[in-house]
Amino acid sequence: MNEDVIVHGVEWTVKELFVYPNEFIYWSIQIVMYPYMTGLVAGAFVLSSLYHVFGKKELKEIAQFSLVFSLALLPVAALPLLLHLQQPLRAMEPLLTPHFTSAIAAFGIVFTAYGLIVLSEIWFVYRQYFVEQVYALKSEPGFANTLKRSVYRVLTIGAYDVSAGAVKVDKKAAKILAAIGIPVACFLHGYAGFIFGSVKANALWMSPLMPVIFIMSAVVSGIALCMLTYIIIMEWQAFWQRRRGGALAASEIKGAEVDVISSATRYLLGFLVAAISLELLDLIFRGYTAMKSWDILRSVMYGKDFMNIFVLQYTLGNLVPFVLLILPGRTMKRTVLALLLVLFGVFMMRWNVVIGGQAFSLSFSGYMHYEIPIIPHSMETFKEGLFGALTVIATPFVLFWVINQFVPSLRRNVEEN
Amino acid sequence: MTCSRRDFLKEAVGGTLVSSLPLSAFVFLTTEEAEAAIAEAKVRWAFLVDTTTCTGCGLCVKACKTENEIPYEAPVTRTWVERYVVTKDGQTHIDSPLGGRDGFIDDKIRDEEIDPDNIDKAFFVPKLCNQCDNPACVQVCPVGATYQTHDGVVLIDREWCIGCGYCIMACPYGVRFFHPTAKVADKCNFCYHRISKGMQPACVECCSFGARRLANLEDPDDPVTKIIRTERVAVLKDEYGTKPHVFYIGLDEAVR
Repeated sequence: MNEDVIVHGVEWTVKELFVYPNEFIYWSIQIVMYPYMTGLVAGAFVLSSLYHVFGKKELKEIAQFSLVFSLALLPVAALPLLLHLQQPLRAMEPLLTPHFTSAIAAFGIVFTAYGLIVLSEIWFVYRQYFVEQVYALKSEPGFANTLKRSVYRVLTIGAYDVSAGAVKVDKKAAKILAAIGIPVACFLHGYAGFIFGSVKANALWMSPLMPVIFIMSAVVSGIALCMLTYIIIMEWQAFWQRRRGGALAASEIKGAEVDVISSATRYLLGFLVAAISLELLDLIFRGYTAMKSWDILRSVMYGKDFMNIFVLQYTLGNLVPFVLLILPGRTMKRTVLALLLVLFGVFMMRWNVVIGGQAFSLSFSGYMHYEIPIIPHSMETFKEGLFGALTVIATPFVLFWVINQFVPSLRRNVEEN
Repeated sequence: MTCSRRDFLKEAVGGTLVSSLPLSAFVFLTTEEAEAAIAEAKVRWAFLVDTTTCTGCGLCVKACKTENEIPYEAPVTRTWVERYVVTKDGQTHIDSPLGGRDGFIDDKIRDEEIDPDNIDKAFFVPKLCNQCDNPACVQVCPVGATYQTHDGVVLIDREWCIGCGYCIMACPYGVRFFHPTAKVADKCNFCYHRISKGMQPACVECCSFGARRLANLEDPDDPVTKIIRTERVAVLKDEYGTKPHVFYIGLDEAVR
């Protein structure tokens, strides 16, 4: 028998009072990261669709950026699940032998379908650009340019027709895909909420509101992250323009940035209000109906997790940024602060659902505390610890940088889409 | 009498084959063994726990860990025993150190001294997988690695489990865990490898007090089935709609 005895969960679970022997925090930081990252994907896509489908012209700049960003986020939505599996080499099994009574079984299918939609939409949006690059790079010397040109040739998939008619078809296809993508994005994330909401054994998770709450907070976090990244990149570009002496270009960038951000903020606030209302409804309903589990839930919510739920999530993550964004005379710095807090608030919401749901024993007679492993001393404590989570957070930015080399989502006046 | 060469060879080969059959091919099966061997035989395994006779010795936990190769020192276990002490102030004190493996030799519950004169009642409750008729764990497995057999026992395919832990989350009884070395979900299966050969589960076999018994609910003549049918028995957490099949005699409302 293998001597490598590791009891999953023992490292980071602290038990208090009576907890069943086999109970541990089995779903830890990576399962917090999973709905957080999927939420960002879904939110980024919804933001881009506001322009592509509903023709919100003021969002055009950020729409292209967030479409490409949602592609960069997409693989990272599956990464936490892979890191969490005890048998990661069997990760393809849900696709090979899906057991459809399980909410998780659909993940591979929804995820793949959504990935194809995002990829093809990007292709239709950027096809003209790819073709232009193939011709533009033809006369450029150097190995790097030859290589780059080959990549663009592959990206065109042989479709070189850039006549007015063909481009019109591209635009129409992108619009249709964006329209299909919205329900699929919502499904991708709402179903992450269903995974939790349908666990009848868990008194905190079980709620039909869970999928809707997840979608709303997903859109909030997605919009916030896109806005934040957009601001940082635009400020960076303006900074470089100024250093090169292009003060005019710099102020032009700044001006465009302010317009985009103020219109995106309106959508952010709307979804934020919806998310908070639903969460409070859920909380009030639980307290009012006071089922058997309410005693232990109350002691967790109002006692042990009070700081996490009411101070960090609701006050610092929701109320403070709401006030910061709604008060007149909003500056870019204040917006950045508010966006960071919004992102933090949604993260805390995921944390309070996933970890909070395991903070009490199924016996309702004891508690479990999650002590996140900081310094890893094994693969397990790395994957399910702080550094595992940071890896997941860092990956989309690296991916975005790579994708952006070929699909310039930030180049202004690239195309008149 | 004539014997052609062909006939002689035929009979010699046949005789050699027959004599080479091992003696074990002629073992007589007991009724249970024969029943278990025939797949069509009507079997629905269930379990009866008598909390009034359990003394909390922990032998069942020891036997289970050994029989099913669950690392002995690991804090996870397929079966465990809980101790309940209800004091006069209405408080319920519960513990199950190491799943009750080493018995309950300490009067203290989590270092708390309990005055014997202050105790209203105290008892032990063995726990194991309920082999539910409507198992939540089977419903949520994304790859079908955990499944229900025709005789009602829920099993896990160690070659196919991806280790997502959804079944562990879905079980209201907390019977599931990740096997410390196999790295897949694990739980009690009434010692399926034993009962399908007509033997008793390890915990039943070693219980000196008859507190644990296996029943075939499809057999009306099964003495344990008779008890379940005619006596007052209860199940754990029926509010989850899982239809558990471990029945308890003397189940107290304090039991979680």
